[in-house]
Amino acid sequence: MHQSPACGVPTAGGASRRRHTGRALRRELPLLPAVLMLLAFMAGPIAYAFYGAFTNRTMSGYKAVNPDFIGVDNYVSLFSDPDFYTSVLLTLAFLLGSAIIGQNVLGMLVAVLMRHTPRSVSSAVGACIVGAWVMPEIVAAFACYAFFHTEGTLNTVLDAIGLDGPAWLVTFPMLSVILANIWRGTAFSMMNYNAALAEIPPEIKESAQIDGAGALQSFFRISLPIIRRTIATNLMLTTLQTLGVFTLIFVMTGGGPGTRSSILPVLAYQEAFKFSQIGYGSAIATVTLVIGAVFSLVYTRVLRPEVE
Amino acid sequence: MTPTPVLSQITPSRRALLGGAITLAAAGALSACSGPDGSSRNENTLRVVYQKTAAFQQLEHVLTKAKEEYEASQSTVAIELVPIEAEQDSYFTKLALMNGSPDTAPDIIYEDAFQIRTDVAAGYLRPIDEYVATWEEWNMFLDSVKDVGKGDDDKLYGISLGTDTRGIFYNKKLFAQAGLPEQWQPTTWDDILQTARTLKTALPDVIPFNMYASKAFGEGTSMQSFEMLLYGTQDTLYDTDTKKWVTGSQGFKDALTFLKTIYDEGLAPGLDIALDTNIGSRIATELLPQGKVAMCVDGSWLPGGWINGDNAWPQWEESIGYAAMPTQNGKKPGFTSMSGGWTLAMGSQTKNPQAAFDFMAVALNKDNALKYYTENSLIAVRSDIAEMEEYLTCNSSFEFFSSLVQYTHFRPATPDYSRISGSIQIACEDVVSGGASPEEAAATYDKSLVGIVGDDMVQAA
Repeated sequence: MHQSPACGVPTAGGASRRRHTGRALRRELPLLPAVLMLLAFMAGPIAYAFYGAFTNRTMSGYKAVNPDFIGVDNYVSLFSDPDFYTSVLLTLAFLLGSAIIGQNVLGMLVAVLMRHTPRSVSSAVGACIVGAWVMPEIVAAFACYAFFHTEGTLNTVLDAIGLDGPAWLVTFPMLSVILANIWRGTAFSMMNYNAALAEIPPEIKESAQIDGAGALQSFFRISLPIIRRTIATNLMLTTLQTLGVFTLIFVMTGGGPGTRSSILPVLAYQEAFKFSQIGYGSAIATVTLVIGAVFSLVYTRVLRPEVE
Repeated sequence: MTPTPVLSQITPSRRALLGGAITLAAAGALSACSGPDGSSRNENTLRVVYQKTAAFQQLEHVLTKAKEEYEASQSTVAIELVPIEAEQDSYFTKLALMNGSPDTAPDIIYEDAFQIRTDVAAGYLRPIDEYVATWEEWNMFLDSVKDVGKGDDDKLYGISLGTDTRGIFYNKKLFAQAGLPEQWQPTTWDDILQTARTLKTALPDVIPFNMYASKAFGEGTSMQSFEMLLYGTQDTLYDTDTKKWVTGSQGFKDALTFLKTIYDEGLAPGLDIALDTNIGSRIATELLPQGKVAMCVDGSWLPGGWINGDNAWPQWEESIGYAAMPTQNGKKPGFTSMSGGWTLAMGSQTKNPQAAFDFMAVALNKDNALKYYTENSLIAVRSDIAEMEEYLTCNSSFEFFSSLVQYTHFRPATPDYSRISGSIQIACEDVVSGGASPEEAAATYDKSLVGIVGDDMVQAA
């Protein structure tokens, strides 16, 4: 390893570096408010939730004013609660079904199909799909509730063609919320993939065509590898968005029947606000955070070789 | 790194100044968010927080009237009415969150009696003994309800706005169609089941019987359903002599089994209706008035929503009959009921307790109490009103529901009750949705009960 020239001439180099550092500091000064804001409104609550998970704080009652520090007790009772494991499984099923498979595959499919349809058709379809995404979550949730309700749109349509639909929200709660989240979130993936596919240089595809590649082969061998980074980013974003879904499920099923659609955010809300155990709810929220972090880590690992 | 043209025209010192100004502005914004100490409260504005829903606006009417009267009587203190438009469970959540910060804590609170001990323990309420001591009308309140507003420390925190009882409402017209008697009074749980089965056979499109069993319906599931059953068995939730909670009782399992029976046999609404978050409003404003439910266990306030307002049902008296809830096997005294009720309480953060109490006294005076009892169909807790002709004759259901007072029970008034009630709701929903057998659900309840109150606060039945 050879030394850099700057280290050979300490005085001059040091002075210039100091000047440089000073200027860099001044330049970054305007960032300070943003950093302060982020610390106060992002890191603050997260740190507070981490701390809260180690207390037995409640919403009302004696422990609302004088919570005790109880160490890892919340985690101990959480990890010995069978409901928690059910909830983790439901969360993974929800992630896998609605985000990783549902939104991504369907989003990709729609994006590819839209590139091969006349502009008028693709803009009409695109508008419909984006419509679900533009809606505030609460509106989308009520729309889905009305759609899947026993006397709702879906069963009315089924009835018209002579079929007797089940009580979707009760009989198939997870399927209903997964479909609802696919409906709501597909637009995001579709737009991402549409943009990525549009960036593929047409020459590459042309030369593949000349070499005799079919449509499927050209998609899997040319398009997919080229947009791999978009796929990884999109997977990460949809996973994290889906991990945060609360309103949709809360409105549609309330986490029920029983706990059959209580994914972790719903369980955390229920423990913290319905059963008043803020500390215990914080512990569940922390676990949710960790799951999100693990997924992000996996995706960035997948992404890394492409970057370098 | 080339600076952008605009920035390059600004000298370094001005740039630093700009950065500093932005930082200061941000710091200012931050401190504004956290709020200077108590600046948003003052002694001349009293914040009154209460619940309001599509089916429950009677309190707002009374408070609006009281606000006008109070503000007319003096000129310094203004009343700010802050409705929380939410169902009961969310109301409690929002209220607890408001109480959590001195900036948002109400001065006067519409407070469910069973929450008083919990909220006293949390320091959210202020005792009002010194004020009622000089309040002449306090003597008009029945002795039995004076205790309702007390905390664990035996101090008074809330004043009752009226009480209620619970019984069975049934549709006389549907009973006639099914060949059942118009005057009906079951004497055991089996009587109810037999009647429900008869209704199911005769009127297949009608839901024979509703008892709430969802977590979403919150305290209503505990009180209107589970406790109406449990207190009709030989068992209880809480032993008031030993001050311990009861585990492993047969009555607990029997109550759950009864719920399971009506849901499994299709005598109760389908789960899509039963677990709907709006089940309470649907029963009161839609299913019962439209003759889609034949019988239901519910509270004495129900006719309040039918007398006038958005969901008025002028013909209700022709259709609706009432029956007392029988004990399990007809055990003496033969019937059972549950009573609760709401209060007006004073927030501990109030800067002007005298004015807050003065407003409470106006809202609870004879005129306003009469208005509230009659419009909301409540059982009077003021002796001067209970005997008034105007009160007694205004609603045909009063006589019946007042007669249930002799059978009534009150919920265990401990700070832990609301959490324990949550465990009861889980047990009910698990059983009716097929997630657990009554034995399993009872065992789960016992486990969470011990988790809440501790090993030394429970006793086996």
